[in-house]
Amino acid sequence: MTIQTIKCGFLPLADAAPLIIARELNFARDEGVDLQLVKQPSWAALRDLLALGQIDAAHMLSPMPIAMTLGQSGLPTTVDALMVLSVNGTVIGVSNSLARDMESTGWRADFTSPAKAATALFATGRKHIRIGTPFPFSMHRMLIEHWLSAHPSFRSNRVEIITVPPPRMAAAMADGTLDMFCVGEPWGTAAVQQEVAELILPGSSIWQFAPEKVLGATRAWIDANPDTCRRMMRAIYRATQWLDQPRNKPLAVEILARSQHIDLPHEAIDPAISGQIVTRKGAAPTTPAHFLFFNNSAGNFPWRSQAAWISERIAAWSGLNIQDAVQRGSASFRSDLFRANLESLGVDMPGASAKIEGALHNPTAVASTKGQMILGPDAFFDGAIFDFDMSD
Amino acid sequence: MDTALKILVVEPDAARAQDIIDALKDGGWGSVFIVAEISALAPKLTEIDPDIVLIDLAHPDRDTLEHIGHVSHAQSRPVAMFVDRSDSDLTQAAITAGLSAYVVDGLQKNRIKPVLETAIARFKMVEQMRLELDAAKQALTDRKTIDRAKGLLMTARGIDEDSAYGLLRKTAMDQGRKVIDVAQALVTAADLLG
Repeated sequence: MTIQTIKCGFLPLADAAPLIIARELNFARDEGVDLQLVKQPSWAALRDLLALGQIDAAHMLSPMPIAMTLGQSGLPTTVDALMVLSVNGTVIGVSNSLARDMESTGWRADFTSPAKAATALFATGRKHIRIGTPFPFSMHRMLIEHWLSAHPSFRSNRVEIITVPPPRMAAAMADGTLDMFCVGEPWGTAAVQQEVAELILPGSSIWQFAPEKVLGATRAWIDANPDTCRRMMRAIYRATQWLDQPRNKPLAVEILARSQHIDLPHEAIDPAISGQIVTRKGAAPTTPAHFLFFNNSAGNFPWRSQAAWISERIAAWSGLNIQDAVQRGSASFRSDLFRANLESLGVDMPGASAKIEGALHNPTAVASTKGQMILGPDAFFDGAIFDFDMSD
Repeated sequence: MDTALKILVVEPDAARAQDIIDALKDGGWGSVFIVAEISALAPKLTEIDPDIVLIDLAHPDRDTLEHIGHVSHAQSRPVAMFVDRSDSDLTQAAITAGLSAYVVDGLQKNRIKPVLETAIARFKMVEQMRLELDAAKQALTDRKTIDRAKGLLMTARGIDEDSAYGLLRKTAMDQGRKVIDVAQALVTAADLLG
């Protein structure tokens, strides 16, 4: 088997784990792929290198391929999400002073109730709340907006969303640039350890099944390299399976901490992988449900309805025709390639490629090729339901 | 020359910023502005309303700049464009030099290209100097480590400097490693053993 080289861009975050594990544990090598991981300083840099063909594939925020395809981010380029790399894994934190203000309204942090937290937030009477998220086209921003805009006291001029690179989130809290943030691990934990923030909610409390990172590639590259693409997907899929085995987690933390790819200490990576989150300095860790996972519950399947949900948000931000954006954007999530390329690994495939987003409040068995699939839950905290017309 | 073009350079390093300003001014562009702190970027964008923003490709604050671009008013919205995709030589040159450009929508390409070419040439030079400086610093650190390792061997084995170096070299060759790696291992071990 000839070895195919793939240059894959990533940002040094805990959820880049599937790529690092695929490389370090030789899942890639077993598929005849030399998976070269190319660290990037920002999402913008990663996006530009992908659009210009300097890298072949990338660890991306789930809205990025759609934003690029719709011409809203960088050079307009048709970019597809081949699979979801991780589900959930973000945290929302507030400054110590905002936490005190919220407590003065009678609220007590429970790390589970978005509605109560929003009520307390608006009841503080603060007129202008500045919230940091990592990129304009990020699930973080979408979750924050879905959460706060659902509240009756929400006014768009009370909330300002600011982009801050994750490694600087803690500093921006410390110097008062931000009152709140939504960020992926380990950066929420870092802010707690530095005693500049308290975590009030996991992202999963807003949407229980939010596709967080995806494996992206340009459609031009995918079409030109079908075999290499298949091998890459197989390798990374196997890495996600490995990562979700509870017995492998301690080893996963070791490998991630030791690898040259993420320059972070053991204690920064452990909370994300183990799902044990310390929400304020000195508190006992809490274990939120479905905090971050890589493979369980058909987590890797790129649901076209997830893409439709994301597309609708982007269309609203950018003033695009919603129907057109949903149609073009949902084609970016390649459930067809996922089926074609991973069937041979014995992956259980769902009967449909779209679902009603938000409908599942409990784990639910659904029709699948092997008849063993249990999905969800994927409910939104406010009971919102998104049923897109996916017939084409 | 296209003196009406307003160019904003985001660069925290004062010397490097001055270098780029000088190059652009020499090229005939008079309206060149600099911003060092990303926190000052939003007000500066509103105040200057630049036609082109130049920023290091690897600058970690690019994502923040993108966001400001998205929320600012449409008429002065800087969009990441690099260069024209059809001009692959210029694109390649920009990437190699580590330069990214944000250009206000609708600005004609023939006005952008000379600015980019000038900036690319300057970025390249600065990048080259940085690489050389890094290499020199590394060489100095390596030499210190090797000197310490030699000293440890001389004391422990009662041999002279040349023999100590010879021993390091032979060990490195036998193990297929670099001299500096063997020296580093020895120094680390010595530190651990106290």
